[in-house]
Amino acid sequence: MNVPAAWYLILAAVLFGVGAFGLLTRRSALIMFMCIELMLNAVNLTFVTFSRTLSDIGGQASVFFIMVVAAAEVTVGLGIVVAIFRRRSSTSVDDLSELKG
Amino acid sequence: MIASTYALASILVFVTAALLILGGAVGVITMKNPVHSALSLIMTLFGVAVAFVAQSADFLAAVEIIVYAGAIVVLFLFVIMFLGVDRKENVHVEPLVGQRAFAGVGVIITIAGLIALMAKSHWVTGTMSVSTNGVKLAVGQGNVKQLGTAVFTTYLFAFEATAALLVIAVVGAVLLARRERTLQSEEVEV
Repeated sequence: MNVPAAWYLILAAVLFGVGAFGLLTRRSALIMFMCIELMLNAVNLTFVTFSRTLSDIGGQASVFFIMVVAAAEVTVGLGIVVAIFRRRSSTSVDDLSELKG
Repeated sequence: MIASTYALASILVFVTAALLILGGAVGVITMKNPVHSALSLIMTLFGVAVAFVAQSADFLAAVEIIVYAGAIVVLFLFVIMFLGVDRKENVHVEPLVGQRAFAGVGVIITIAGLIALMAKSHWVTGTMSVSTNGVKLAVGQGNVKQLGTAVFTTYLFAFEATAALLVIAVVGAVLLARRERTLQSEEVEV
């Protein structure tokens, strides 16, 4: 018998917490993006666990769409980081106090 | 006692996945060098893929490796190298006083709240899917078939919408990363 769903849900909650902590404390925009990926993966893990427990493929379909959105988000986000770096020569979010280009 | 209730193999798989996931996640937020953080992220993604396989999401495990570890992390590494920001960030300085303490307290409250909420509501609530009649999800090729059927029937509209989303994302990324070629002198300066 497989391990209970609770174990995977706790693991996902802790992973989400670690990602959130990194997002709140790190100042490099690139690392913050990686932390967002960690949080998205925590949610993916939760979806797959619910999908397994309820025998519902809908959870896995949701993960599929989350992955697509994550890929799009990273593409645009890194484009913005590159554009900002051209202007400011830094990826630290502390230097970004205004929207003016 | 636990080992007798659940198969030893599934416990080993869970422990392996948990170590990979948490080790990688802690690495991402503690490494000073962004390249090392990206490599730690790959470790986490492999752990998540292991957890997916253990929970009969075979197709998603493959996609996790191919799309996340293969494309997204490579994109991260490419941008890190391209910008030349692979120098070490000083993580010991804390410009905002008490930022880490507040973040830590907030995160602990969040995790504890989530776990308490789930434990109180018997972890997983809801009804079994009617389409599978309570039979366990298929693994291997059967999983690909099930997921494909769901995506191309029930979620067809969302699937088509992702096509538009990806096109918009690509166009947006090209537009953002494009250099403005207005002046010849600017080109030389860059």
